[in-house]
Amino acid sequence: MKVYAIKRVLGLIPTIFVIISISFAMLHLAPGDPFSSERPIPPEVRANLEAKYGLDKSPVIQYFNYVGRLLHGDLGLSIFYKDYTVTEYILKSLPTSLTLGGLAMVLALSLGVTVGVLAALFKNTYIDYSLMGIAITGISIPLFVIGPVLQYVFALKLGLLPTSGWLSSINGWSAVIMPVVTLAFIYFAEIARITRGSILEVLKSDYIRTARAKGLSTRVVVVRHTLKGGLLPIVSFMGPTLASILTGSVVVEQIFRVPGIGRYFVESALHRDYFLLLGIVVIYAALLVVFNLIVDLLYVFLDPRIDYK
Amino acid sequence: MSNNGNILEINNLKTYFNTEDGVVKAVDGVSISLKPGELIGIVGESGSGKSITAMTIMGLLPSGTANIDSGEVLFDGKDLLKASEREMQRVRGGDIAMIFQDPMTSLNPFLRISTQMIETIVLHQNVKRKEAREIAIKSLEMVGIPDPVKVVDSYPHQFSGGMRQRVMIAMALSCNPKILIADEPTTALDVTIQAQIIDLLKALSADLGTSIIMISHDLGVIAGLCDRICVMYAGKIVEESCAVDLFKEPYHPYTQGLIASVPRVDMDVTARLISIEGQPPNLLNLPKGCAFYDRCPKRMDICRDKLPESKVLKVSEAGDAHRVACWLYDEKGGSHE
Repeated sequence: MKVYAIKRVLGLIPTIFVIISISFAMLHLAPGDPFSSERPIPPEVRANLEAKYGLDKSPVIQYFNYVGRLLHGDLGLSIFYKDYTVTEYILKSLPTSLTLGGLAMVLALSLGVTVGVLAALFKNTYIDYSLMGIAITGISIPLFVIGPVLQYVFALKLGLLPTSGWLSSINGWSAVIMPVVTLAFIYFAEIARITRGSILEVLKSDYIRTARAKGLSTRVVVVRHTLKGGLLPIVSFMGPTLASILTGSVVVEQIFRVPGIGRYFVESALHRDYFLLLGIVVIYAALLVVFNLIVDLLYVFLDPRIDYK
Repeated sequence: MSNNGNILEINNLKTYFNTEDGVVKAVDGVSISLKPGELIGIVGESGSGKSITAMTIMGLLPSGTANIDSGEVLFDGKDLLKASEREMQRVRGGDIAMIFQDPMTSLNPFLRISTQMIETIVLHQNVKRKEAREIAIKSLEMVGIPDPVKVVDSYPHQFSGGMRQRVMIAMALSCNPKILIADEPTTALDVTIQAQIIDLLKALSADLGTSIIMISHDLGVIAGLCDRICVMYAGKIVEESCAVDLFKEPYHPYTQGLIASVPRVDMDVTARLISIEGQPPNLLNLPKGCAFYDRCPKRMDICRDKLPESKVLKVSEAGDAHRVACWLYDEKGGSHE
């Protein structure tokens, strides 16, 4: 197990480098560059700028320069935002995204699992139908509809919550509620559906029949015998989902003007801000592979049949 | 309420399933009685209603579709069909325990053997966990699990199929049930292990005085274990007798067919195996007369039109009645053959 874990951790490094290399290549293959805009800049100015950011060299040399700096922990300078380094932008915005994503995840998981289990236990009753109706709605309606609807109802009509923003001295935590709920909603729906299906599958299994034949109460059958096996698919689902939910949804951050990393992701792509974009990709990639690894390792503790040798 | 010294008495049990296509008469008027310490076998092919009979006794039928149309299941004189869910939880695992066909999937793969055994013992025996652990270890020892102190904390996947079925038996017997229902307990095991499990069940029943209801499609398994055998066909018991008489002199054409189709070691190896022609009837639409009519080599006109009643044809010296539901035999035991 220890050897397996070490092997997997070492395996992360090449994975991340492959992602970086492909992203780098795609950026340079795309037409245009950071300095192409509607108003052409004089060639002398352009040459100076390119020299400043090292863009005058061939793409291969640029790549090795970038990787070399990356190995020293230097993500470079943003070309568009000139006030801070890429690292500083990420450090400034990532915690906000992590808070938004983390809260949304806790909400989605706790609600999703509860609803999924209830729907499974009351299978084919009106409880099941109404809960799953909500979940299907959640999956079908896009974020950019749910968000504005919430804003319209709770901010404009009822005046209960601020329309947008984030934690601040004026609004306190009240501005956090709507972005978190909006982001949580689709994940909640997905988790509820997976939970229901998997719990139903487990309830049909032979060992549940054994548990009932032993005279255990429904509560013990569900809590002790069903949940552990029934929630395994949720754990697998959470691996890749955690990374995307923690880095925040780009759309949710836009709708509610949350100062998270998502905004920089979109804008750096629009401006072809090579270094900021690559920096954010590195962070996404790292989170993704790390969460997937954590899930794989968690399995050992959750399913006694799995033994990595 | 008199129960004639029977620990379990099933009277005219009818378990039906309501489906979209109509009512499936899975168990249709079954009566079985069981004495303390008795080993009774229910034999029949898939869909004959043997497992549904067991699940009805345990009160484990799927809610919603299953419907107990009539009948009673008297355990110690008390009708289990009228018992509350709470009372049934005390009976299940405590008074009547059950083991199942596939030991590979019947134990929870996520929980240690100890957890699964102790929870049952604590539930039914009013003991502390520590004491329950001792009982669990003793039960494992009793069923022949080597080194039970060490393996009690293992997970099910660390055992072979035969060992897992032993664990199931240990778990079922750990609360000293009066009745053990074994639903095809050896079907998923290979033949040598089958024989071991049968011997184990026999020995344990003799030691502990537990009655066993053994359900199987395999006459050989039933023959090796049971005192008395009920042959089920299409939801009904067509023949019932002590084991010796049933094999020596089967009356019902279906039983005769079953016994004839068991391959024998002394058979000509080039000969084709004997089988009963045709398929069991559709339980949704049972014929008016005998359900075996279409497949019966000795059918008569009356069989198609009238359902045969179960009659006692013979009573052995030990007092065992040999009953059969077939028009070939009249009340006095004479034959039309």
